Amino acid sequence: MKARVHVMLKDGVLDPQGAAVQHALGSLGFDGVESVRQGKVIELDLADGTSEDTIAQMCEKLLANMVIESYRVEVL
Amino acid sequence: MRAAVIVFPGSNCDRDMAVALKAAGADVTMVWHKDANLPDVDLVAVPGGFSFGDYLRCGAIAAQSPICKSVVAHVERGGYALGVCNGFQVLTETGLLPGALMRNAGLKFICKTVGLNVVTSDNAFTEGYSAGDTVDFPVAHHDGNYTIDADGLARLHGEDRVAFTYCDNPNGSIDDIAGILSENRRVLGMMPHPERAVDNGHGGTDGQALFRGLLGQLTNA
Repeated sequence: MKARVHVMLKDGVLDPQGAAVQHALGSLGFDGVESVRQGKVIELDLADGTSEDTIAQMCEKLLANMVIESYRVEVL
Repeated sequence: MRAAVIVFPGSNCDRDMAVALKAAGADVTMVWHKDANLPDVDLVAVPGGFSFGDYLRCGAIAAQSPICKSVVAHVERGGYALGVCNGFQVLTETGLLPGALMRNAGLKFICKTVGLNVVTSDNAFTEGYSAGDTVDFPVAHHDGNYTIDADGLARLHGEDRVAFTYCDNPNGSIDDIAGILSENRRVLGMMPHPERAVDNGHGGTDGQALFRGLLGQLTNA
């Protein structure tokens, strides 16, 4: 089985990289980009039957820093 | 005083840290990250660098290494720990210090000497200074933008746990915070490098008081 983990900065945490991307899009002439948030996607190739609870533990112990980030798991 | 300096793949300030501790009189042992046990020491120093290539997040992989379990146990027993730069990032990732270090607000790697305010001298690390002193330490980081939630920030201020602030904030850190203490005041994490300011050849010696103070405190303890 495969799972895809999306890690994003929590709402309210200022994202300097997202802000820079937003600025760059504006410089390229793309109007109306109101905000950009940058995160990461991590794909996991897992033994069949790995529980969602186990994946959540992977996220909370390592893949996301729960102080500043949130995560969302997609089981594929 | 006995001190251990932890070495991760990608650490690059481990020797500087050892030299600074030895110059102040410490007996220093280098400890590789795969060692599960720490020698019997008073202080653990987690040095700067780019442990594990900063993969995933700065300090995240290092925080899961075998030695870090021993570092956590050392601190939980009341041991002292100093984390500088990447070492500060590692200590926040282990949860020994609150908050997190994010990408610098200006997105650039910053490598220069900066002025710092000593905010408190009520701990073994900065007792060689006086609150209100200004010192010059080098910074060299890409991810030094300290952040913490509002409650955590109020606790840091309320408990006098901000050790250093930047005179001129280079990286966007909340409330100009450059270094913080743990609740028991025995763990200091800071982005600037005191170990790179201990010799006239470094261009400044403001860091000597930190290491000498620490030696004085821990040797008498």
